[in-house]
Amino acid sequence: MDIQLSIQNLTKRYKTGDGVTDISLDVRKGELITLLGPSGCGKTTVLRSIGGFLEPDSGEILIENKSVLKTPPEKRPTAMVFQSYNLWPHMTVYDNLAFGLKIRKMKKAEMDFAITEVLKLIRMSGSEKKHPGELSGGQQQRIAVARALLLKPAVLLLDEPFSALDAKLRHEMREELREIQSKTGLTMVFVTHDQEEALSISDRIVVMNHGHIEQIASPQEIYDEPKSLFAAQFIGKMNFLKGVVSADQVIIQNLAFPNPKRLTGEVSIAIRPENVILQDGEETGLSGSVKQIMILGHYAEVSVDVQPFGIIRSFQPRDQVKHLHSGQKVKVNFSKALAFPAV
Amino acid sequence: MRWYLKAVGPKKVFEFLVLVVFIVFFLGPLLNLAILAFTGNWVYPDVLPKEWSLKWWSFVLEQDEIASSIGLSFLIAAIVTAVSIVICIPAAYAFARIRFPLSRFFLFSFLLTNAFPKMGLYISIAVLFYRLDLMNTLLGVVLIHLINVLMFMTWIPTSAFRNVHAAQEESARDAGASPFRVFRSITLPMAMPGIAVASIFTFLNSLDEAQGTFLVGIPNYRTMPVIMYSIISDYPAYAGAVFSIILTAPTIILLLAARRFLSADVMSSGFQLK
Ligand SMILES: Nc1ncnc2c1ncn2[C@@H]1O[C@H](COP(=O)(O)OP(=O)(O)O)[C@@H](O)[C@H]1O
Ligand SMILES: [Mg+2]
Repeated sequence: MDIQLSIQNLTKRYKTGDGVTDISLDVRKGELITLLGPSGCGKTTVLRSIGGFLEPDSGEILIENKSVLKTPPEKRPTAMVFQSYNLWPHMTVYDNLAFGLKIRKMKKAEMDFAITEVLKLIRMSGSEKKHPGELSGGQQQRIAVARALLLKPAVLLLDEPFSALDAKLRHEMREELREIQSKTGLTMVFVTHDQEEALSISDRIVVMNHGHIEQIASPQEIYDEPKSLFAAQFIGKMNFLKGVVSADQVIIQNLAFPNPKRLTGEVSIAIRPENVILQDGEETGLSGSVKQIMILGHYAEVSVDVQPFGIIRSFQPRDQVKHLHSGQKVKVNFSKALAFPAV
Repeated sequence: MRWYLKAVGPKKVFEFLVLVVFIVFFLGPLLNLAILAFTGNWVYPDVLPKEWSLKWWSFVLEQDEIASSIGLSFLIAAIVTAVSIVICIPAAYAFARIRFPLSRFFLFSFLLTNAFPKMGLYISIAVLFYRLDLMNTLLGVVLIHLINVLMFMTWIPTSAFRNVHAAQEESARDAGASPFRVFRSITLPMAMPGIAVASIFTFLNSLDEAQGTFLVGIPNYRTMPVIMYSIISDYPAYAGAVFSIILTAPTIILLLAARRFLSADVMSSGFQLK
């Protein structure tokens, strides 16, 4: 597998002490990789280092096996889409798109063709003569993506490009980006703090926290096997319970689970709502009482008050909650539980 | 009457009053000037002159002193504008982009030069100019004019540059433009309305400057507003009228030309001390 972008032991510290430490990451050709983490965790810092807008303190960045550290942004084979203010308001859409091509001395006819094609790709044909001010936020971001595509970058960098848009538009843009990616086979590094967005579009996700990488894996794997408590907390919904390891088993009251990580002592246990099983009062399990039932389309969210652990949320098929009512005594069991060292 | 005022609302009434005041105090004298300037023969009780003529125009333009003062004024205004652009635009860019600790203080100090009693400032400058042999020189006059315009020539472009976002400049770098090209093709054109407004203000301010010029430039550098004083006392009112029109015309023409740039947006952003 070709490695298109390789980041090795990248460290960048600002004067304030914030920044990123020891970031290593290989991105394959044609891959869409997402940097995911809470705001302030250093995603933009990594992306700007790749694009050439920040000089790392140490580490190496290779694109197509060549170091780009000494290359200024205008010479790097990268293209960047920012969260906002991508376009130049004093130029038409055509001129915005043509700016980079003119610098590359592309012939007029060729340029016209490329611009027509890319506008078709982003479904904005015929908007050449408009000014950015006449476009909606979503359209402006599309043009920004188009301009980046025209540069035919080795790596396309996107820094929360859709986060200023409303939810519905954000969904559409994600799908479009995925489509563009499969059509063009571009290598993309996408930054977002929205875990749902990351899960839905990525080939792989890089989970970041406090300037370092917590986990790099496919969305499936991140969801099913989060490596750290942070990853478990940040991605998808999760219930957290306190437990203890005894006789190499993870124990929660009267329930026992395997201990593959060989943890000892107190542990935090993470359980996805879909792995919570609710049974009649006679079965073994944690005793609780149903607190609330919310029908959410084809499934229902049932919250159960389990003392001394607190509220446990569970997802149940809709037809299985018909016999439940709030206040009802139930036994709670788990089909899967992930244990992490207690914090 | 009451109900009518209520119906149109206090805002409309206020706007109307402003308009009336504007007409009475600005357009009124201007109209009077215009009539005077084209008068051939006007006898007191008549509302309008009996004869119209351009004789005062040819009279004024035939006075060497006056004609040369017009030329001098425009020359000085052009020099002041050019020099202040060269000095202030880079400074404005630095203020907008680089956060250095005293930037606020610097911007504020420009404001102070305008708040300071002018004559006091000019006299202390004149004392300095005597020592430097700058009295009665073109350089001296230009310097005096520059002091007046530094403030808005830095202030307005600074906020114009601030309105160009870092992402917009970085996008251009990203697309392949060198830093110089980014400035030329992106930053400068985007800040242009603010720069144009400031330049026009500068030009007009220089055309209009009398006090400092009078102090520093006499006797050799007598600009239009300086000469205006003697004209008012030495010539008939008709000549004064012609001359005021010549003095006012550039203001009106330039302001009309600038209207394109003078969006409320630019104006208001020009006057924020960020
Ligand atoms: N130019 C800078 N100077 C000082 N600190 C900065 C600078 N840029 C970012 N930071 C800090 O570095 C950390 C990481 O920032 P950033 O990479 O922008 O995070 P993210 O994109 O994940 O929100 C944050 O704590 C931020 O406050
Ligand atoms: Mg960021």
